Amino acid sequence: MAELRIVNGRVYDPANGIDGQVRDLCLRDGKVVADVAASARRIDAQGMAVLPGGVDIHCHIAGAKVNLARKLQPEDHRLDPHPATAVTRSGSGGIVPSTFATGYRYAALGYTTAMEAAVPPLGARHVLEEFHDTPIIDKGFYVLLANNVLLGQLLQQGRHEEFRNAVAWWLNATKGYAVKLVNPGADELWKGRRNTNVTHIDQTGDGLALTPRQIISGFVDAVGALKLPHPVHIHCNNLGHSGNWQTTMETMRTAGDHRMHMAHVQFHSYGGEPGKNPTSRGPEIAEYINSHPNITADVGQVMFGKATAMTADAPLGYLLRNISHNKWINADTECESGCGIVPFSYQERVYMHALQWAIGLELFLLSKDPWRIMLSTDHPNGGSFMKYPRLIRLLMDRNFRNEQIKLVNQKAIVKTVLRDNIDREYTLNEIVIITRAAPARALGLKDKGHLGIGADADVTIYEEHADKERMFNAPRHVIKDGEVIIEDHEFRTDSSGRVLHVAPAHDPAIEGTLRPFFDQYYTIEFDNYPVADHYLHRHQVIATGG
Amino acid sequence: MSENIRVVEHATCTFCGCVCDDMKLTVDLDKHCITKADNACVLGKAWFAEHVIEDRPAALIDGHPASVEDAVAEAARILVTARFPITYGLSDTTCEAQREALAIVDLIRGTVDTTTSVCHGPTGIAFQGVGESTMTLGEVKNRADLLIFWGGNPGEAHPRLFARYAVTTKGMFIPNGKKDRTIVMVDVRRTPSTPVANIFLQVKPGRDFELLWALRAMVKGRKVNPDVEQVTGVPLAAMQDLVERMKNCRYGVLFFGMGLTMTRGRHFNAGALLALATDLNEFTHFVAKPVRGHGNVTGADNLTSWTTGYPFGVNFSRGYPRFNPGEFTTVDTLSRGDADAALIIASDPGSNFPKAAIEHMKRIPVIVLDTKATETTRLARVAFTTATYGINVGGTVYRMDDVPITLRPAFDSPYPSDQTVLTAIKNKVRELIGDTRASGAARAAA
Repeated sequence: MAELRIVNGRVYDPANGIDGQVRDLCLRDGKVVADVAASARRIDAQGMAVLPGGVDIHCHIAGAKVNLARKLQPEDHRLDPHPATAVTRSGSGGIVPSTFATGYRYAALGYTTAMEAAVPPLGARHVLEEFHDTPIIDKGFYVLLANNVLLGQLLQQGRHEEFRNAVAWWLNATKGYAVKLVNPGADELWKGRRNTNVTHIDQTGDGLALTPRQIISGFVDAVGALKLPHPVHIHCNNLGHSGNWQTTMETMRTAGDHRMHMAHVQFHSYGGEPGKNPTSRGPEIAEYINSHPNITADVGQVMFGKATAMTADAPLGYLLRNISHNKWINADTECESGCGIVPFSYQERVYMHALQWAIGLELFLLSKDPWRIMLSTDHPNGGSFMKYPRLIRLLMDRNFRNEQIKLVNQKAIVKTVLRDNIDREYTLNEIVIITRAAPARALGLKDKGHLGIGADADVTIYEEHADKERMFNAPRHVIKDGEVIIEDHEFRTDSSGRVLHVAPAHDPAIEGTLRPFFDQYYTIEFDNYPVADHYLHRHQVIATGG
Repeated sequence: MSENIRVVEHATCTFCGCVCDDMKLTVDLDKHCITKADNACVLGKAWFAEHVIEDRPAALIDGHPASVEDAVAEAARILVTARFPITYGLSDTTCEAQREALAIVDLIRGTVDTTTSVCHGPTGIAFQGVGESTMTLGEVKNRADLLIFWGGNPGEAHPRLFARYAVTTKGMFIPNGKKDRTIVMVDVRRTPSTPVANIFLQVKPGRDFELLWALRAMVKGRKVNPDVEQVTGVPLAAMQDLVERMKNCRYGVLFFGMGLTMTRGRHFNAGALLALATDLNEFTHFVAKPVRGHGNVTGADNLTSWTTGYPFGVNFSRGYPRFNPGEFTTVDTLSRGDADAALIIASDPGSNFPKAAIEHMKRIPVIVLDTKATETTRLARVAFTTATYGINVGGTVYRMDDVPITLRPAFDSPYPSDQTVLTAIKNKVRELIGDTRASGAARAAA
């Protein structure tokens, strides 16, 4: 593979303590190396910032629910076609772009890795098929296990060793990357108890074999024991409900000293009484995260404009449907998961939406450790990943932020710390942390999010500009695995990217426990359930136990 | 019987949208045929028994035997020289083959459409309008205590739907199988499926929408005009009884077929049914599911959707996908005479399309990939004989409930797979387009 030397650029590599120094960056065989031959091709990055490729720790880009949301919104694709070029495929854009458009658009923002955050195991094969058609970026997915009926039975019966082995089996069978918990315990209430929902982390009773807390605790222990590179990735109970910050605090406390990743924590930081208008508890949540180094979180920032709620939290989907009166999808997966999808739009004048927007900014601005609060919009739930550049400007540019604050519902703003015109501006170095270095570290991706020797040669080069939205909207050059994908803003070649997955060791005897359940309650043969290796194409196993 | 026998367990039947993956196939490797298909229904048994290796040329050009290589070259030439090439079929092949077809269409800026446009296309359109509350089939097995079958005859068309997934099967919360379920059939006539039902409602032909709309009103507690009884042919008391059952069940399911989507009202009918299922979620858990026909029509929908954003009827002439059923659907592009070349994959429109469409196919160069000789292969300029998916070829298919399943082929075929042929055509097309571009550049330079 060709060698490459990037010269004259300001390098931002916070993981290695480099903050904008001008230095050469050498790439060979898809990796960062100390030096390359003098004859190596050069890219002149004079006046430009050289960053590691972006890493999205939480988005929804592939699989059955994403595809349902795509099919649901032709009116949205129609407004945003994605034409083919001499080297790239065509597609359609909008809030849920086609697979090809998704890969190219992430790359065109300087992102080279993205993690699909919610996949029922039965849909794993579908996700990998879509990944095959999602170009450029590396990608992995999180497996939904919190409402898995069989795992729940093992946990309830106190069969912890079998439970742990079964979790490991499921990760292997699906080629997943991490364990995702969504609204633990709620599926049985939704599917089997007339569309009800969990309201309390310690709830017991009809339809609940275990309390949500017992489920969370069981997974935290198992994932810890398996030493997975990424900890339990949790979407708490009560998402979106007023007063849910208590549930969020209790969920974080349930982790004890174990690591835990809080997904889209903005949606879980609301005060007030259930059923009434919420208030902000962003400062309390930020403070808890600040003082507990075992906790990481992505924000799930709301951005005004079009969004699509798509979630394994089916009761939430229905709640949003009843608010928006929009078309609605519910999709139950046997023995494993629920799903709700609703097209949605966040509007500046609406109290709730403005409050959500403001709470997201509170969490960013009150966070003391950028290594543990990461940038996400929970794409497309809070808004498209295409809004990341605007979000970066909101964080880096105080004047811009204060102007924007004036344009939204002021009754919401006065309930947040944004009323005080917070001074903080993120530095470029901090932006590199929350969009690259921190998500890579939280994911246990040792070769990503930095530019040290041995790192993956995923590099983004931006022309520096006072308008940070403009700067981050269009990198000049994007390099993936050492290959120049985008040069002078144009795609020069296509590539497939890798699937990132884990393969934790487990006792194969666990299949004896699982098989009878499959024979009785699944409609697919146990032997046909695990995903074969050939669905992976280019892939990389990320080691456990690190 | 030959000694050279192989048994394939957990094989999948791709005949219908049920995509049952519990087949046990006994294969005679000398005779290249399946001698026994345990667990298969009557349709599945015929599917496995009839797909033997016939002695046909691997390719025909203008009806004369040709090499695959020459046929690929001719197919590619036709596709790149056409101004409005269409692609149709795709529902009886693997996703791996469908993916190659989509890549070709993108390259040649053609039109892609699947058999969905003549079966549940209206459901796809209704889905875009109202959404859908739905489920995988295991939820029906484990939970459904009320099942309503509307406008279909699964007993004959999807024989194992009742036994394996929906009616007699036992499940987690349905320990006694059919005894724990109430089965309702709504149709314009009695069919061999009707005896399964506890309740049969005979609706007048073409009055499905009126009945569905009246049920929606009654579910919402509104008064309906008593005339609806005359209009639909269903007594008001029977409607009221059904409404109470729907509101009071624990897990209700509406299965529907082409009796709803291919009769008067089409996507309005499907939309009314999907909206009824949605409305019922105010009272209890309720889902709906179109009962899909072809083995991988659901895969075709999924793959076309993730590639383009739209499920069928997609045109790339502007360099990006556009969706317009009625304009880009195959019956229309053929009947109007728009198409000037056609690539037909695993489908036989020559036998089942309207006359005007078939007549136009006879006027234009048609390329066909099929496992057998069909009316379409007989009118084709280029015909490939390909191996049968699920029997000779592995790959992925999606069950009617979007569950993807990996195939376990039983024995080898001397014929190439659809995927192999389409990949070869794609590579040849790429070469030809590259040539065109290069010569264009050369002309510009000169």
